[in-house]
Amino acid sequence: MTTVLNVSGVNKRFGGLQALDNVNLKVEEGQTLAIIGPNGAGKSTLLNVCIGRLAPDSGSVEFHGETLIGKQPYEINQAGVARVFQTPEIFPELNLLENVMIPALSKRNGAFHFNIISRMREEKQIEADAISFLEEFGLQDQSDNEAGTLSRGDKRRLELAMCLVQKPKLLLLDEPTAGMSRHDTNTTIELLKKIKESGMTKVIIEHDMQVVFSLADKIVVLAQGAIIAGGTPDEIRNDPKVQEAYLGEEQV
Amino acid sequence: MDTISRKGELRMMALFAVIVLLMPIWLIPFGAAYPDLLQKFAIFGIFAVGFNILFGLTGYLSFGHAVFLGVGSYAAVWSFKLFTMNVIPAVIFGVLFSGIFAAVIGFVSLRRSGIYFSILTLAFAQMSYNLAYSVLTPITNGETGLQLRLHDLRMIDGLFIEAGEGLPLTNLFGIKMSGYPGFYFCAVLLILAFYLALRIKNSPFGMALKAIKSNQLRMGYTGFNTRPYLMSAFMISGMYAGLAGALLAVTDPLAGAERMQWTASGEVVLMTILGGVGTLFGPLLGAGLIKYFENIFSSYNDALLQETFSFLPDMLNNLMVGIISPFVGDGWHLTLGGLFMVIIIFLPGGIVGGITMVWRRYMKKRGASAEMEGETS
Repeated sequence: MTTVLNVSGVNKRFGGLQALDNVNLKVEEGQTLAIIGPNGAGKSTLLNVCIGRLAPDSGSVEFHGETLIGKQPYEINQAGVARVFQTPEIFPELNLLENVMIPALSKRNGAFHFNIISRMREEKQIEADAISFLEEFGLQDQSDNEAGTLSRGDKRRLELAMCLVQKPKLLLLDEPTAGMSRHDTNTTIELLKKIKESGMTKVIIEHDMQVVFSLADKIVVLAQGAIIAGGTPDEIRNDPKVQEAYLGEEQV
Repeated sequence: MDTISRKGELRMMALFAVIVLLMPIWLIPFGAAYPDLLQKFAIFGIFAVGFNILFGLTGYLSFGHAVFLGVGSYAAVWSFKLFTMNVIPAVIFGVLFSGIFAAVIGFVSLRRSGIYFSILTLAFAQMSYNLAYSVLTPITNGETGLQLRLHDLRMIDGLFIEAGEGLPLTNLFGIKMSGYPGFYFCAVLLILAFYLALRIKNSPFGMALKAIKSNQLRMGYTGFNTRPYLMSAFMISGMYAGLAGALLAVTDPLAGAERMQWTASGEVVLMTILGGVGTLFGPLLGAGLIKYFENIFSSYNDALLQETFSFLPDMLNNLMVGIISPFVGDGWHLTLGGLFMVIIIFLPGGIVGGITMVWRRYMKKRGASAEMEGETS
């Protein structure tokens, strides 16, 4: 099994706060890694370090052996990392089909391609690709609607379709079910399970225990910037340190 | 999808070409069918269509686009002075130099977005205006403006033609570029410029620009390097303005610094918003309307108004003239301002946006009533 993402010895300090304290983790191909932890544990900081938004004070982040530190978002995406945001980031003024065609264009044409000769209408291959992904995510009936009019759950599904149409090597998800109704959460879990079956490598940051335990192969628990435990869902569930730091609150 | 098919594109272009080329006929009832005004319609149409490529597609509001208009004019006049009175090199130089200016200004201004971008472009425009007005007098001839002189070099013309008595005229291989031929030259370029804008809007490149306007953060994480996209859009739109500036010099070979003033930059923003931002025809319509009002309303004076209302009794006549006179003549900006406010408040999508809205409602109504009929029968 090859290592897709390798985070080693990462430290990040904001003033007096040690946001990340010597964090090491490895994501293997096809694996779903979940990062959990109480609020302020450093989950988002870790994700931002992984996607080059924050530079760590020390340590390295490697994706397939290449460093991601100091790279622009578009370079990281072109390398094969797609990201789903806490609040869905889509193109609200464009219709669903265009929303999915744009990432497909980026995958095919690269970071910059000055093409005014061809017409969007005649990009049949890209269009067919986009339509097949819209169908897979059950959005085909709305493909002419403006994306801004979708419900929160549908926006999330659209964002996932936009990421997956690029056939990324690694999918990062930042609280994919945050702010969703129970029904939307359940459909999103189903969707993520389906994506997992296709062999996609994923890193999920999540609060919702139901989501974490039903999806993850491996869980890493962060508290005060340090990894306090790591292992399979069963191991984590029974780890006293984790119960104290995180789950304990819920059992009272 | 928002874009149109190849066939639709052809039909649209054919219709557009007919409308533009027949302007001297169908504008007669409006009292606007004289070459000077027609030339302005075509030239400012090009300016607005180009501005819309930047503002309409990417959402970046440049408040200094008149710089490129001025640069285009200066470059064209210098081409007349140094090389030849033929307009082709003048147009090429105008576009080229405004492109270079756009590359420099864009490189700096596009580091910021939103209001900061607008302010940066405005600052550049005012800087260029003041430079042209004072420091760069050897190139721009300062206040007086750059004009043709009898003893200009005209290297290329000098090889072929004996210098005549008076000032030579701009020409296209011998065809004089004033009056109607000048209009048709501008009109053909307008049609070409419009076609290019149409193709840009319907291309993957144009789609990327629209996506940048919609969500720049997502664009980055979708793998697009947005900077070169914005740079290209800025340069293309600057070159459109340069073309318009060069054509101003083609139809009337002089260039002044006031062409770069912020009011000129503001005017193209007004044109675009009035007609409909992001639509293909909107900016053209806006440009036409503003130039029309400028010419028609500003030519009215008190004497003309007295005459118009001469059928009324004297007291009423004076009253009417008193009420209306602030809105015409030099005060036509007041009318424009009023019109602008009405459009912004009631039709945020501009005139074209308003027409589309009415059309959609009508179609929906028709669709609904057709369905009802289908049910009853």
